[in-house]
Amino acid sequence: MADLTYREAVAEGIAREMRRDPSVVCLGEDIGAAGGVFKTTQGLFEEFGPARVWDTPISEQAIVGAAMGAAMTGMRPVAEIMFSDFLAVCWDFIANEMPKVRYMTGGQVTVPMVVRTANGGGLGFGAQHSQAVENWAFTIPGLVIAAPSTPADVIGLMASAIRSDDPVMFFEHKTLFASKGERPPEGHMVPFGQANVVRAGDDITLVGLAWSMPIVIEAAEQLAAQGISAEVIDLRTLVPLDASTVLGSVARTSRILIVEENPLQGGWGGTLASIVADEGFYDLDAPVKRLAAANVPLPFATHLEDQVLPSVATTVTTAAAMVNS
Amino acid sequence: MPDGTQTLPVSTQDLRGWYEQLLVIRGTEKAAFDLFMSGLVKGTTHLAAGHEGVAVGASAALRPDDYVWATYRGHHHAMARGLSPEACLAELMSKGTGACEGKGGSMHLTYAPGNMMGSYAIVGSHMPMAVGSAWSAVLRETDQVSVAFFGDGATNIGAFHEAVNLAVVWKLPVIFICENNLYMEYTPISSVTAVEHPAADRAAAYSLPRIVIDGNDVVTVRDEVGKAVARARAGEGPSIIECLTYRHYGHSRTDPAKYRPEGELEQWLMRDPVTVLRDQLVEAGVGEDELTVIEGRAQQMVTHAVEAAKAAPLSDPREAFTDVWADGGSQWRT
Repeated sequence: MADLTYREAVAEGIAREMRRDPSVVCLGEDIGAAGGVFKTTQGLFEEFGPARVWDTPISEQAIVGAAMGAAMTGMRPVAEIMFSDFLAVCWDFIANEMPKVRYMTGGQVTVPMVVRTANGGGLGFGAQHSQAVENWAFTIPGLVIAAPSTPADVIGLMASAIRSDDPVMFFEHKTLFASKGERPPEGHMVPFGQANVVRAGDDITLVGLAWSMPIVIEAAEQLAAQGISAEVIDLRTLVPLDASTVLGSVARTSRILIVEENPLQGGWGGTLASIVADEGFYDLDAPVKRLAAANVPLPFATHLEDQVLPSVATTVTTAAAMVNS
Repeated sequence: MPDGTQTLPVSTQDLRGWYEQLLVIRGTEKAAFDLFMSGLVKGTTHLAAGHEGVAVGASAALRPDDYVWATYRGHHHAMARGLSPEACLAELMSKGTGACEGKGGSMHLTYAPGNMMGSYAIVGSHMPMAVGSAWSAVLRETDQVSVAFFGDGATNIGAFHEAVNLAVVWKLPVIFICENNLYMEYTPISSVTAVEHPAADRAAAYSLPRIVIDGNDVVTVRDEVGKAVARARAGEGPSIIECLTYRHYGHSRTDPAKYRPEGELEQWLMRDPVTVLRDQLVEAGVGEDELTVIEGRAQQMVTHAVEAAKAAPLSDPREAFTDVWADGGSQWRT
């Protein structure tokens, strides 16, 4: 029964890990009694109390930095940065500290922590509360990047993230919070670096992540009505990147369309496209294509935002043109 | 001074030990400078010669399981927590026997066996981390204390203020120890800071007492840090201690420190922590012959470290691809 929302899955995913491991603690703004501004930590404070769910000031550097210090000394902190845009105010910790400490100490210390954040557009919050910034993190070696698209994957990837001994950026998507799915059984885990082939197909491979998954799934439906068989792949994690599943799919379909929410300039699809161009070139019957956000700040008004982001319609049109050319 | 707590006892044996520690660190810093000048150390170094009193004094007040966090000027803190001069110099020389296998260098010296959790080269970044290790000690119900050493320049960066505020709000066992050496890189700290004492004068904003001490006197540092440690272990929260000290070299290797007013260095050299402690030993009745033995032993240790570091092989080129992930490797895709 599809009765678990993505939003509830975040809190449940964290709670499952807190029940099994007392070293898991949460910190962030309004995450305690308030349950989080997106209600993604609802119930944690009630179940685990103030000793394990800590409200912080508006101090993103202190939040991520303190999580690091705790992670390096025996805890498994889960830090919330309310909107992913706010990662910019603690970017030193995301870019210079978390991913580098293990390396530059010659492996003397590990940083087992998770930074969770509400990512992406679609809710009309304007240019400073709507960005899809997974590509920011994707420029930095040393960060695991997870971005689930379903409630079950939220729980499964959260389990992997919290149990990981590496720093994990966990992007939750704002437009997916209300979506529903199956409640996975206790102990459900989704390993990092395993893309999900959501739909099998022969004519073209559609690759998506988080926000773009409902788009590519609906596009595949509409393409089927036109007699085009699309294979749909949900990457689930950007690092590790499951390039072999994508390359294996392209070897059969000979075409690939990558649909991203982040801007075309510097978007993660550029790296994936370069891998396919390099290692899958002789399998291709069409140029590698990407659909991503236009290279403008995300506007406030819905009708303007629609102009900037990829859609089901542009995905269907682009894919059909690739197959029929 | 903030309270009337009795100062800790000092034995002549303590003074001897601290003196030798000071000399070993000073000798290692001088060796690092010489190795740099002879081209055997690459990149840059930020020498702490002149600051050793803060490291040795604070260490004397800490337990081995307490946590220490340092800046890119951190050789003295790593060594005060047990890093050998050889592992320090070998790291600077990119050798396989270096503390971080050649992947950290001068600015990232780390000695995890001594809970010296690293040296951080983005100013102020380690201060929230020290808050985090203090939080961790509370969560794990140990009575470990965390110390963040930082320069006067770090007091003008946001992370300092976020860290101190959170530490006070959560009442955490962390001690923020400022090494005020009067210069933010090449610029007098007084010309870029709104208060006279960059750390101590900010303490009131966080409901903490104003503490300014002589950072060149090991015993003073040990006593003041000892009081802060006692407060922290008793659950009374954080402290800020501003230690006045002076950098004998410039900011980094390329800085000849020409901006210093004439005579300033000479004046501070008279207050060199090594000289101050030596005078205390003489006053305590330790004879010249015994001091000469200690000085010879320290010199010998440094000489041996230099030779061993020079003789060690470079770290394995494959080390470039280890330690990214906790599995020891660097694989990022299938």
